[in-house]
Amino acid sequence: MSRVVRAGALSVRWEPRAAAVGVGLLAVGLAAAVFVVGTGDFPISAPEVVRALVGQGDQATTFIVTELRLPRAAVGLLAGLALGISGAIFQSMSRNPLGSPDLIGFTTGASTGALLQILVFGGGTLAIAAGSVAGAVGTAAAVYALSYRGGGVSGHRLVLIGVGAAAMLEAANSYLITRAELREAYEAAFWLTGSLNNRGWEHAAPLGWALAVLVPLALAYGRRLTMGELGDDAAQALGVPVQRSRAVLVAVGVGLTAVSATAVGPVPFVALVAPQLARRLTRRTGPHLMSAGLMGAALLSVGDLISLKLPVAVPVGVVTGALGGLYLVWLLAATGRKGTT
Amino acid sequence: MNRLVARDLTLAYEQRVVAEGLGVEVPDGSFTVIVGPNGCGKSTLLRALARLLKPREGAVFLDGEPILGQPAKQVARRVGLLPQQPVTPDGITVADLVARGRYPYQRLLRQWSREDERAVAAAMEAVGVTELADRVVDELSGGQRQRVWLALVLAQETPIMLLDEPTTFLDIAHQIEVLDLCSRLHEEGRTLVAVLHDLNHACRYATHLIAMRGGEIVAQGRPSDIVTAELVERVFGLPCRIIDCPETGTPLVVPADRRKALTAGML
Ligand SMILES: Nc1ncnc2c1ncn2[C@@H]1O[C@H](COP(=O)(O)OP(=O)(O)O)[C@@H](O)[C@H]1O
Ligand SMILES: [Mg+2]
Repeated sequence: MSRVVRAGALSVRWEPRAAAVGVGLLAVGLAAAVFVVGTGDFPISAPEVVRALVGQGDQATTFIVTELRLPRAAVGLLAGLALGISGAIFQSMSRNPLGSPDLIGFTTGASTGALLQILVFGGGTLAIAAGSVAGAVGTAAAVYALSYRGGGVSGHRLVLIGVGAAAMLEAANSYLITRAELREAYEAAFWLTGSLNNRGWEHAAPLGWALAVLVPLALAYGRRLTMGELGDDAAQALGVPVQRSRAVLVAVGVGLTAVSATAVGPVPFVALVAPQLARRLTRRTGPHLMSAGLMGAALLSVGDLISLKLPVAVPVGVVTGALGGLYLVWLLAATGRKGTT
Repeated sequence: MNRLVARDLTLAYEQRVVAEGLGVEVPDGSFTVIVGPNGCGKSTLLRALARLLKPREGAVFLDGEPILGQPAKQVARRVGLLPQQPVTPDGITVADLVARGRYPYQRLLRQWSREDERAVAAAMEAVGVTELADRVVDELSGGQRQRVWLALVLAQETPIMLLDEPTTFLDIAHQIEVLDLCSRLHEEGRTLVAVLHDLNHACRYATHLIAMRGGEIVAQGRPSDIVTAELVERVFGLPCRIIDCPETGTPLVVPADRRKALTAGML
């Protein structure tokens, strides 16, 4: 149930349950981040991490925390936020819980762009980043153009064509790797898994700036996204500029996918799972971008912590992949039982 | 001049031209019903009247101004539309769905005014779904779901309401229930435009009837003035007799029994 706060002609609606879930997820994400920062060859206890973060720690600890390890935790939180929001946008627009950017080719396209830079052009970090952004944007443009029929894009077409595009790009990625030198192939395979290792402020800062623009834009269009779920005609008759908001939302969603892929590689399943889990926890109908984003941040942060605590070193993408696979099995089983989605 | 007027419309989807030189005037305060065979352009016309489809030529005027030049939300406070195939979001409750009808009145810091609250409660009351407020719309019967969607359009509180086949998929009792409701809304002062498939219902409820065929208006006026056997034959290609309805006195279309002729022909 939602509550309303009114003052004169102004009124703001909020949902205590969604707010509580949001605060809880934020707390989980931040707590996991603190433990991530504390983990490493030189372990630091959680209170010490916090003390260093608020400027009360000794010099050596503060250096390790803020310069060496904090960027990694920040990238995890921010990329998770981006993945959760972009997943919620595309699932809502395609009216399909499988319509997330990692299954409909956008993330795979980002990988193709990055691989081309790593393996063919031999580009550096910046070129790889540019390649992955170009790959995501190019794939999104192609999938959209191919799904466009009679003045609009239908959800089913988008998912089917996107899944096809993902399969083709996947094949292209494998081919690129088979053609590579051993050392390059290793670097590429590592990139493809999705990892938070060796992330510095040079990764975290651009990601933060990009999100400072993209996230408010996404939230500003959240209400229009919700209205769009009534179908184009009903939404338009209620005064929603359907085509224009869809164009903005696609651009923002692709942007979020691209910057997160650039920062952490194609970490699987977070964009797919986060909106669904958030929706179940908040018990809301319709997309709720903020709780999906916070769920994404918590998932990626916790996933990273798990990957650090496992006896064998695995990148975070392996952890989210395993957890996401379990979720998919559960989703299909639940769907099969009910007969509908 | 009437509030909602269309002049010289050419309506088309990409290559397919649906209507050319189409002019329509919706009489203020009327219950206008549009009839015509499948695919003749009724929904297309309603979409143009509601600002959803940009005419290739001609223009729709609302309150004397071209409708396309007016801000979307301002139009949405005057003209409401129930689409032929509305999409119900998964898992949404009745109250939440009806509340979305208030979108044209809402802004960033005016998310849920007392006006919104009152309009939604009144709309649910009017169509009799108040008791269903917390139910999930997907789990309602077809008739209940249609009434919920009507409540959404009612909550929009527009003086002009366009309804595309509001009775399709309903059983006869629910059809009459929805049409009686429309009739009451009309008597309360709204202008209604509805697309109906049942000619007899159209004759019974319409104060103004528009018969379309192939993107053109074949006849319009009061049902008792214009509905003749020739008109029905011309619009639908159906030979029939017209009698007076014993209940309302409006025209009643009785299709000719062609089976005898067919059997005779076969022998
Ligand atoms: N989105 C669309 N794209 C292309 N053609 C369409 C579209 N919608 C309707 N049409 C065509 O336009 C014509 C008129 O359709 P419509 O207005 O829906 O008819 P009615 O509502 O009278 O049954 C039909 O021939 C139909 O096939
Ligand atoms: Mg129609």
